[in-house]
Amino acid sequence: MDHRMSEEQELIVETVRRFVADEIVPLEADLDPDAGALHPADHARLVDKTKEMGFYGLDIPKEFGGPGIDVTTRALMAIEMSQHRGGLYNPCYGTFGGAGLAQLYEATDEQKQKYLYPTLKGEKTGCFALTEPSGGSDPARAIQTRGIQDGDEWVLNGSKLYISGADKADFALVFARTSDDPGRNGVTAFIVDTDSPGFHVRRVVHTLRSTHYATELQFEELRVPASNILGELNRGFAIANDRLSRQRIPYAAGCIGVAVVAQKMAIEWAKSRESFGGLLAEKQAVQWMIVDNEIDIRHATFLVLDAAQRADRGERFRTEAAMAKLIASEGAGRVVDRAMQIHGGVGMTKDLPLERWYRELRIRRVGEGPSEVQRLIMAREILGGSFK
Amino acid sequence: MAAIDLDKPMVDLSAEAIAALPAQLGVYEVADAAGVVVHIGYAGGCEPFGLRTALMRELDSGAVQFRHEITHGYMTRWHELLMAHVARTGSLPAFNTADAHRIGTLSP
Ligand SMILES: Cc1cc2nc3c(=O)[nH]c(=O)nc-3n(C[C@H](O)[C@H](O)[C@H](O)COP(=O)(O)OP(=O)(O)OC[C@H]3O[C@@H](n4cnc5c(N)ncnc54)[C@H](O)[C@@H]3O)c2cc1C
Repeated sequence: MDHRMSEEQELIVETVRRFVADEIVPLEADLDPDAGALHPADHARLVDKTKEMGFYGLDIPKEFGGPGIDVTTRALMAIEMSQHRGGLYNPCYGTFGGAGLAQLYEATDEQKQKYLYPTLKGEKTGCFALTEPSGGSDPARAIQTRGIQDGDEWVLNGSKLYISGADKADFALVFARTSDDPGRNGVTAFIVDTDSPGFHVRRVVHTLRSTHYATELQFEELRVPASNILGELNRGFAIANDRLSRQRIPYAAGCIGVAVVAQKMAIEWAKSRESFGGLLAEKQAVQWMIVDNEIDIRHATFLVLDAAQRADRGERFRTEAAMAKLIASEGAGRVVDRAMQIHGGVGMTKDLPLERWYRELRIRRVGEGPSEVQRLIMAREILGGSFK
Repeated sequence: MAAIDLDKPMVDLSAEAIAALPAQLGVYEVADAAGVVVHIGYAGGCEPFGLRTALMRELDSGAVQFRHEITHGYMTRWHELLMAHVARTGSLPAFNTADAHRIGTLSP
């Protein structure tokens, strides 16, 4: 495996690195340590800049007007884009644009006009409503939200938990049980306008994350036109699996970016802080922590790039993407933890970004499928056959 | 809305009352004499003495009462309080109108 960057990739990475250092980090100095957004004027100015750079909407596939960037380059950029205080959940505060929910690319033309294209232009936002109080690891079996057909409409009743951004979303992708099948063949995906009567955002669910809070939803006699079914009836889980696995790769890469900055900070601190008559960097215990950090970062980077390159070559990469997500989220958590230890007291404070990364990285081991579920995905493929 | 609203009783907004607060991170509401909430704010990581520093600034705001909640999750709690206020009263407090772009819709 050759993980050296091409000249073009080096140029792109360097450009993003400079953007983070020159544009994002200085603005964060004036924001609250838990801030989740730039001032609107700064945001607009930086969006103009990324558009000028030709980097805006970089996740949008070529056939939908995006730059058609490959997964490997996207992963390399994601490693750079998260290298600031708010970077894990707000890489560059969204100034590179977004691509919307992966499933929308499988929508009908009419649905694309109404939901996908406005999302790509930044005019609408959507949220993804899968998890329920009954469990998110195995949603196919856990989903209890029920959809009953009534003429040209479906009536949804039920609730969802931990749904990010639902309070601000214009539409939600809601998964509901629409047949008596107790598993994945009984679930349908609906695109639901959030201003429909019966769609309620009941509360904010407070978590370790400073921004993009989760919410609890309730659906009461919520009517959805049958034309808003995404994909096929009772096949809600079959939509966009490939695109979703692809998304797991930049998700993992974002964790690495945070670990890289934490490691830089730990090295700098160890080389300047004195204790017991010498620098921390001279103490073997500290050296080992820094070495262990490096191993975690390189291990995760190797796996992320491996998964990305397989995806770009058109090979199967489901196991590799799950492995990358698992190792990057767990490894980055350890790196930040060690960096905090090396910093001592100041590592625990809001004067440094480490405490925010520590909290937010913890979520990464559960969000988008817990580590155990990633192992399950890998085990199914490795063991195969009757062990699926 | 008990769990969502900051529904403990208001106390007089005075330098003495503020000085007695712990210097912690958190959220607060300040109100006029009629009990109308005029500002929902937070004491974030930049405040040298947390709620004390943030509430001291409110002494010039014309508000006469306040209530507070200590929380490390001040940012998400602040958003929640703003949305709950809009859900209950139909609009943001007078001194929060500039925050309209930050919040979504809650129907508790
Ligand atoms: C901040 C935040 C934001 C979120 N945003 C969204 C969102 O926008 N949309 C959405 O739909 N969901 C969202 N989620 C939900 C998230 O995807 C789920 O929390 C996650 O899938 C786990 O589901 P659960 O919490 O119900 O845990 P459960 O399914 O109850 O599992 C609990 C634990 O059991 C273990 N476990 C589960 N299965 C196995 C197994 N087979 N073998 C061994 N151990 C196992 C794991 O350790 C797991 O963490 C969010 C969650 C958080 C915390």
